[in-house]
Amino acid sequence: MKSSAMRDLMAVTARPEVISLAGGLPDTSSFPPETFAAVVQRIARESCAKALQYGPTEGLAETKDCIAEVMRADGGMRVDPDHMIVTTGGQQVIDLVTKTLIDPGDVIVAEAPTYPGAVPTFSSYQADVVQIEIDADGMRIDLLEERLADLEREGRRPKFIYTVPTFQNPAGVTMSLERRQRLVELAAEREILVLEDNPYGLLRYEGQPLPPLYALDGGVYVMYLGTFSKILSPGIRLGWVVAPAPVLEKINLGKQAADLCTSTLSQLMVQAYFEEARWHDYVESLTEIYRARRDTMLDALAEFFPPEAEWTRPAGGLFIWATLPDYIDTTDLLARALRDNVAFVPGEAAYLDGRGRNAMRLNFSASDEESIREGIRRIGKVVGEQVALYGTLTGRPAPRPAAAPEPRVAEPGEAQVVPLRRRKAQ
Amino acid sequence: MKVAVLKGGSSLERQVSLRSGGRVEEALERLGHEPLEIDVGPDLIARLRTGAPDVAFLALHGRNGEDGTVQELLEILGIPYTGSGVLGCIRCMDKVLAKHLLVEAGVPTPEFFAFSELAFRELGAAEALPQIEERLAFPIVVKPAAQGSALGIKFARTADDVPAALVNAFSYDDKVLLERHIDGRELGVSMIEQDGAPVALPIVEALPRDEDFFDFEARYEIGRTEYRCPPELREEETAAVTEAARATWTVLGCQGFARADIMLPDRGEPQVLEVNTTPGLTETSLLPMACDAAGIGFDQFVERALELALDRISASTA
Repeated sequence: MKSSAMRDLMAVTARPEVISLAGGLPDTSSFPPETFAAVVQRIARESCAKALQYGPTEGLAETKDCIAEVMRADGGMRVDPDHMIVTTGGQQVIDLVTKTLIDPGDVIVAEAPTYPGAVPTFSSYQADVVQIEIDADGMRIDLLEERLADLEREGRRPKFIYTVPTFQNPAGVTMSLERRQRLVELAAEREILVLEDNPYGLLRYEGQPLPPLYALDGGVYVMYLGTFSKILSPGIRLGWVVAPAPVLEKINLGKQAADLCTSTLSQLMVQAYFEEARWHDYVESLTEIYRARRDTMLDALAEFFPPEAEWTRPAGGLFIWATLPDYIDTTDLLARALRDNVAFVPGEAAYLDGRGRNAMRLNFSASDEESIREGIRRIGKVVGEQVALYGTLTGRPAPRPAAAPEPRVAEPGEAQVVPLRRRKAQ
Repeated sequence: MKVAVLKGGSSLERQVSLRSGGRVEEALERLGHEPLEIDVGPDLIARLRTGAPDVAFLALHGRNGEDGTVQELLEILGIPYTGSGVLGCIRCMDKVLAKHLLVEAGVPTPEFFAFSELAFRELGAAEALPQIEERLAFPIVVKPAAQGSALGIKFARTADDVPAALVNAFSYDDKVLLERHIDGRELGVSMIEQDGAPVALPIVEALPRDEDFFDFEARYEIGRTEYRCPPELREEETAAVTEAARATWTVLGCQGFARADIMLPDRGEPQVLEVNTTPGLTETSLLPMACDAAGIGFDQFVERALELALDRISASTA
C-alpha cells in the first residue's frame, strides 16, 4: 500500500529542480506540432458538431477501427469491434474491471511487484491481492499454480489475474512464450479471467515480439487492456478494453455511471491522426529515442551503482527495476536522494503487503540522456555511501573503490573498525 | 492587513505544509485580511519585497521553514513573523541540542546518545554501539536529529536491526540519535503565548491503532489515529505533563505558539520527546484540536498568532 509518507515525498519530486526518474511519462516533445494542427483542422472541417457532442458509451465506430489496426500491428491480434469499449485511458479499464468483478475480500492475483497505479484501485475496492513473484521471464507460473491450489483448498477462487506480461511496469521484464502459453492454459483449465495490461507492447527495442496473451487465448478468458498513452499521447486519455460479452455488458454499465462516454473529441483526434499521419512511424521514432535512453541508463547503472545492487535489463517499455541490499529502505533513500534533487519510485509502491522496501523503479522515457546519467550518478552515490556506512557499522568489507563515482580515499580509523555483528543469513 | 502565508517549499513535509497554509489563508480571508500565498522557493525574497506584507504567517514544516533559516531571512527583511524566533527554532529543530538543554535544565527527556555520520566513518563509533545498546535496552528508537515529523524514525528491536536503522535515519540528517524507548501514552501539549509566558491548551492524546508506533502515516491520515482531548488523566498527571511542557518552552526559548510531544510512562515522570515550533495546522492536527477543546476557534488562533508576531516587533522597537 502506498504510504502517505511516500505520497508526501512524491509531492516534492514534482519540483522543477528535481531530476525525476519517478514518473511514467512518455516523451511528447517530439510529436510534430504541424501534425497536431492538421488533426485539429481536419476535425473542425469534417466533424465539428460530432466532436462537441456526447457519444455512445462503448465508443465511436471509427475509433474502434483505429484500435483494431493497433491490435493487428501488435502480435496480429484480431478483434471484433463489438467486443470492445473505448475508455478514458487504460487506468479506467483497471477501475471498471475491478468494480465489475470484485466484492470486498475477493481475490485478485497480480505480479510481485505490480503496476503501482493499480494498487490504489485494488485497495479501494477492498480486493485481497495475492502477488506472485516474478523473475527475468515474468510471472513465475509455477508459483502461480501453487498459490491457486492453496486458494482452492481454502475454497477461494481469484476473480481475475492481473498481469503486464510485456515490458512489465514496474520491473521491465517480459513473460516468456512458454509461460504465456501455460498461463492461458491455466486460465482455461480453472476458468479464471485474465486482465492483460499491454501499454508498451509496441515499444520494443530489441528481440522478437511475443504473442500477447489475448492472441494465444482468442479472447475467451483473456481480457485485453490497450491504450494510446504510450504510442500517441497520454493527454488525450484514450484506452480500451476487450472482454467477453457478459463482462463487457457490466463494464458498459459501470462506464455509463462513471462518465457516460469517453471524450468524443479525443476519439476523433485518433481517427483524424490515423488518416493524417503514419502512426507507425511515430512509434518507430519514439522507439529510437527510448532505446538510446534505456542504454544510457543501463550504462550509468553499471558505472555508478555499487556491486551490491542488481537491476533488470528491459527489452522494451519505460522502466528498469533496481534491487538494493535488504538493509536499505528506498522510501528513506528517496528522502536522501531528494536532497540531491533526484527522484525515483520506492519499491513499496508496487506491493500491497509491505514488500519491495529495498527496490526502486527507474523511468528512462521522460528524461534526456544527460539527465538520466546525472540522475543515476546521484542515486548511485547515495546508495554507495549507505552501503559503505552499513559496512562500517557491521564490520563488512567496504565496497570496491570502482563502485564509487569518485576515487575513494582510505579513511583514517577505518582499518581499526572491529567487526561487531553480521546480520543473520536470510 | 496584508499577510504573507509561507508554505510548501522543498521540505519533505511539503504536502502537510500546503494543507496547513491553505487553512490559514481561508481563515485570513474570513478575518478580512489580505493573504499573499507564497510557495517557498528561490524567488522567496523577491516575492516578499514585491508583495511587501505587514506580517508573515509561517506554515512551513521541517527543513528551512522550521529550523531558523526562513526566520533569519524575515529578520533581515524586517517582516514580523509568527511563531518562534531564530534561536528558538534552531534549538527545537535540532533534537540533540534540545535534549542536551533539557537535561541541563532538569527537564526529563528519554536517555539518548547522538552520533554524526562522521563519527561512524572516521572515529569507529560503531564500536561503542554494544555499550549503548546495553545501556538503553531494546527496543531502541533511532531517529534523525532534525526531522520534524516521524519520517525516518525506526524501532530497533534487536542488535541486528540497529545498523539498518542507523543507515536509514542518516537518509534524513547527518546526525542521528539513539533513544531509550518509553512505553507509555503519547501526549501533545499545544501552547500559546500570553504576556510572555506559555499557556497550555488541553492535552491531546494520540491512541495508535494496529501499528506499534504512532507513525508518520497516522499523523496526517484522517481516521487512522484516534485522538482523545482531553485524555483521561489524573489531576496530578495533567499538572505534571503541562508543567513539563511549559518548562520545555522556557528552556528552548519558544515564542508565539508551539507543541511539545511528551510520553507519559506508567510509572515515573513525563518525558519530553520534542517540540515543534510550527506544528501542523491541518484538519487532523493536534494544535487546532486543542484550540477547539479550549473554545478557541481556528480563526481566533490565527488572529492571535499574528498579534503576537506584531507585538514582538513593537516591543523590540519600543
